[in-house]
Amino acid sequence: MEGAPSRTPYRLIATQVSRHRVAAVIAFLVVLPWLTPSHALAANILIFGLYAVGFNLLFGYTGLLSFGHAAFLGSGSYATGVVMVHYGWPWWLAIPAGITLAALIGLCMGYLVIRSRGIYFAMVTLALGQCVYFAFYKAEAITGGENGLRGVNVETIDLLGWKLDFQDPITKYFVMLVFVAAALWFVSRLLASPFGAVLESVRENEKRAAACGYDVARTKLLAFVISAAICGLAGALRALHLSIVPIDSLHYLTSGQVVMMSLLGGMGTFFGPFVGAATILWVEDVATILTKSWQLVVGVIFIIFVLFFPRGIWGSFLHWLGRR
Amino acid sequence: MTDLNLLLLQTVTGIALGSVYALLAIGLSLIFGMLTVVNFAHGAYFMVGAYIGVYVLSATGSFFASLLAVFFSTGLFGLLTERVLVRPLYGRGPDYPLLLTFGLSYVIIDVIRIIFGVEGLQSSTPAALQGSVNIGIGYFPIYRLFLIAAAAVIITALWLFIEKSRYGLIIRAGARDPEIVRILGIDVAKVWLLVFGLGTAIAGLSGVLAAPIRTVTPEMGIPVLVESFVVTVVGGMGSIGGAVIAGLLVGVVYSLTALYAPALAELSIFALMALVLVVRPQGLFGREGLME
Repeated sequence: MEGAPSRTPYRLIATQVSRHRVAAVIAFLVVLPWLTPSHALAANILIFGLYAVGFNLLFGYTGLLSFGHAAFLGSGSYATGVVMVHYGWPWWLAIPAGITLAALIGLCMGYLVIRSRGIYFAMVTLALGQCVYFAFYKAEAITGGENGLRGVNVETIDLLGWKLDFQDPITKYFVMLVFVAAALWFVSRLLASPFGAVLESVRENEKRAAACGYDVARTKLLAFVISAAICGLAGALRALHLSIVPIDSLHYLTSGQVVMMSLLGGMGTFFGPFVGAATILWVEDVATILTKSWQLVVGVIFIIFVLFFPRGIWGSFLHWLGRR
Repeated sequence: MTDLNLLLLQTVTGIALGSVYALLAIGLSLIFGMLTVVNFAHGAYFMVGAYIGVYVLSATGSFFASLLAVFFSTGLFGLLTERVLVRPLYGRGPDYPLLLTFGLSYVIIDVIRIIFGVEGLQSSTPAALQGSVNIGIGYFPIYRLFLIAAAAVIITALWLFIEKSRYGLIIRAGARDPEIVRILGIDVAKVWLLVFGLGTAIAGLSGVLAAPIRTVTPEMGIPVLVESFVVTVVGGMGSIGGAVIAGLLVGVVYSLTALYAPALAELSIFALMALVLVVRPQGLFGREGLME
């Protein structure tokens, strides 16, 4: 109807959800373990969702399509695992170690990759990511090579005398959720800050952003490093969750997986990465039971989304809400 | 055998490896130059080429027939891909065709798994090309010499087609300014379609040529994609000559590192790429501003 009040209930919900986006996502993640068929799937969604959040910061908000983010997830996992297995560090020191290594690799990769423009970006990040893969693969003495790194075990977590059983899936999930929540809060604040606006301006029009006096190259590099650090945290949590670090976590197919999740969920949306991660991992979970060809299923779904729903699931939903 | 001969032999091995890289990079660069599409399924077409080639070779016994069959089947497959999947995405930015072809590579790999099984195929060197021959510096496998010659023939034919023929003129003009070409009354969409098919056909040919020296599995295209990206970044997109020199360079760097420091062989080509990015971000032969 023409002239209808602009604040329909739908739109009201949409504004409220986007105003309290961190709380909304955390509320979803709190109930998630009781929605999924297994607790392991919920933990996977949590970790890969955070991985996709880190990736989305670069792809969705800055407009840079990286195919090398497995390097950050993987190196975060490996650094966490190596300092625990070889040097006996406690888990709470090992997580920052994972974040730091991922950020450092992000800095090196970012330095090289922002020199290449446009479409080269995807190819160069993919190649550099594979370079990191081979480096870890060959450093067998430290990383375990092809077999991956084993023995990243955390039995109990001692919080000033309050002992938590980290082997219990629900406890483990909620410990990890604390870190994910902190990261989400950080990302949300970052996006709401002037820096977040600069990121989006680089995505929309790089030349104009440069003309406004922003250092585009430095902005991209900073976005790259922050994105890498968040993926590193996801990797660190994954090492604790799995107790091993598989070498595949560095392979470019793991980079491709996060690209798929981000697009399927809705790039440049706050909740999208979790929707994407949940969809892909759920489909994988169900499809592997029914057929060996789950990659075919995932690939076809992805192609359909690229062709017909480039906004992704959450992005299309928000768009639909906005038009009501 | 002297050390020098060993070095030279390993260099020739590198050239054989590099000639496959050169073919792959040319296909990739051809598609990108025209359509601004980075074909992430390039490795998958390479793999399909190897499968069809091995299958036709074992069915007919003729290596030449397998080459022809692969050229036309992977070419046709490329035409279909462009027409049905890639064409709707023009005008939506270069990321979407890239994402689409990435998803497509998943699908192609699984379809091949369903048809031929997950185990992979036994590939054999054609009877006439088995054995080694003395090339002055030592014995060298005949097949690898053939590989170099075949790549040289394909590349020369392609160069003549693009630089000397009427159609090549249209392709070059279309790569530079599709708008003007359209105004001149040429159906650019048809040219794009053919170029995509030509690019995938070359990827398929490199697959069938490389089949005897690699293991033919559904996943064989996965590392190949990475290697062809490295070659493309080193050479810079936009010239056949650049792709050839970069391909040979990457091949030689790989095999020489494999000789002196086997553990670093895989890493060496990335080091080369990083070096090129620092010194000449647009690639050794790339023109500045082409990729923006």
